[in-house]
Amino acid sequence: MSGAGGNRGRLHAGKLTQPAQVRLQAARSRRKLVAGGLTEQERDCTVTTMSSAEPTRRDFLYIATASVGAVGAAAALVPLIAQMNPDASTIAAGAPIEVDLSPIADGQVIKVFWRGKPIYVNHRTKKQIEEAENVDVAKLPDPQPDSARVKPGHSQWSVLIGICTHLGCIPIAHQGPYDGYFCPCHGSVYDTSGRIRQGPAPLNLALPPYEFLSDTKIRIG
Amino acid sequence: MSGHSTYQPQNAFMQWMERRLPIAGLVYSSFIVYPTPRNLNYWWTFGGILAFMLAAQIVTGVVLAMHYTPHVDLAFNSVEQIMRDVNYGWLLRYLHANGASMFFLAAYIHMFRGMYYGSYKEPREVLWILGVILLLLMIMTGFMGYVLPWGQMSFWAATVITNLFSAIPLVGESIVTWLWGGYSVGNPTLNRFYSLHYLLPFVIVGVVVLHVWALHMAGQNNPDGIEPKTEHDTVAFTPYATIKDAFFLVVFCILFAWFVFYIPNFLGHPDNYIPANPAVTPTHIVPEWYYLPFYAILRAIPNKLLGVMALGASIVILAFLPWLDTSKVRSARYRPLYRQFFWAFVIVCIGLGWLGSKPPEGNYVLFARIFTVYYFAYFLVILPVLGKVEKTKPLPNSIAEAVLLKGKPPLGAPAPPPPLAKA
Repeated sequence: MSGAGGNRGRLHAGKLTQPAQVRLQAARSRRKLVAGGLTEQERDCTVTTMSSAEPTRRDFLYIATASVGAVGAAAALVPLIAQMNPDASTIAAGAPIEVDLSPIADGQVIKVFWRGKPIYVNHRTKKQIEEAENVDVAKLPDPQPDSARVKPGHSQWSVLIGICTHLGCIPIAHQGPYDGYFCPCHGSVYDTSGRIRQGPAPLNLALPPYEFLSDTKIRIG
Repeated sequence: MSGHSTYQPQNAFMQWMERRLPIAGLVYSSFIVYPTPRNLNYWWTFGGILAFMLAAQIVTGVVLAMHYTPHVDLAFNSVEQIMRDVNYGWLLRYLHANGASMFFLAAYIHMFRGMYYGSYKEPREVLWILGVILLLLMIMTGFMGYVLPWGQMSFWAATVITNLFSAIPLVGESIVTWLWGGYSVGNPTLNRFYSLHYLLPFVIVGVVVLHVWALHMAGQNNPDGIEPKTEHDTVAFTPYATIKDAFFLVVFCILFAWFVFYIPNFLGHPDNYIPANPAVTPTHIVPEWYYLPFYAILRAIPNKLLGVMALGASIVILAFLPWLDTSKVRSARYRPLYRQFFWAFVIVCIGLGWLGSKPPEGNYVLFARIFTVYYFAYFLVILPVLGKVEKTKPLPNSIAEAVLLKGKPPLGAPAPPPPLAKA
């Protein structure tokens, strides 16, 4: 592109008419033209970076947009994460269950399921209750008196979550030196109160939330 | 975009990273300093919108897949469970279903933009063809997704569309049995559609990468259809195109949200809330709105095999557009006659869509046939001829000139002779 205004020169057949040429020169002298047929001012409008000591309106708009965008993104995440929580049907299926204790004989242990977990309901004999109570609590790996693991006045009923606190197997009832529970996976031994006595398990068998609705009925959950 | 990017990281960790995996440099050169024509209008925001919609569909889809059961006895109820029991399940389902509609809306607008401004012309032919492939993948994905809820429309759409393949001579029936995995649409069909519906969007992602790569090789087209000549013709992608894309994405999402929150079932068919019954065909089977134009073309042809071929041809013919349009001028802005045929084509497409929703009787059939003729004539007759005979308007000298002289005649155009001209 030669000269100011480059390829502007040609109109028809490469020649400007006299009056047109005059007009064009006049126009050109009013504005200094740079490459691309643009004025200096117009060319500078393509410059995109601006340095300024003061925060500009553009800075404000950027920050405002980014903030609203961040809030929107966080809000959008809420349902995506919340949908993985248990849904209404799972919560309904995990509602408390009632267990009738009358058919459970003296010394018998039954297994029920609540929220997918096995629950042992043990109708303990007098002998088992005595042995569970007459223990030096301080010597236990996870010290806890038997009274803390049954409901007051109902010490013959032991309600426990049947999941070994070692690595999660189900211990077998009426097994082991204490006639309590024995976990076949790694040899943990529990007494009739569900307390760990020997073996690798660190804690006593957990207690589910439960209450007595009557002497012969409990609600677990 | 070739060679190394101009990204010069200041941060020591970024320098370390750049030498080993120059992703930051790639993003920098492709989406930050990337020279973008300065005259792009809002029709150019739909590419970004499509990318967003693809991500949205994948995210909502993966999350829905955590709760859906792909078995004929359980699928319908699992969807109802999503709607009623899953936390925000109703939102995720409506986002995904209406998201598909918005996805197609954006895709059609994106394509019409390409047709109007000649974005398929040299050197963007492969870019355009990749786009046609993307459309085909979208159509397949959407079809299979619609089958999953196992409602009446799901089941019968699956039956009708898979039966199309029986039109193929000799091997047609075997292909249909192979697709079904049985003697009719059933559990094997549902299971495989679920698997493929999960897979294809990721295939789409791959083809989108190729599509954007092809775009960056040629550079964007622009509303004036002339290539950038100097740096004055372009601006950096960020912040100009980024902000323009983001703004219109928000506007688009307002429309999306309007459907999701106020009229979430408007675009759907109520019959799909009836569990699938293989013994009873609904009186009016129609696909979702985005398939209606193709459905109208299929039904317009009275012969089974030719109808199926016309259906396929109506999409495949798009791939030949770069060679069917013989005009040397890209943008319809400078092709006044082409513009009229183009808008007629748009009206024909919308008309075919409307006709596709109507029962195939009486005048509906007549008009569907007329519009189908125009549809194919546009590609096979009008465009090739128009390029040769059309008188186009003079092109501006540069993009910058076109932008800055908006409304005024381009520099160098013959000026009306002044009254006392002396040659």
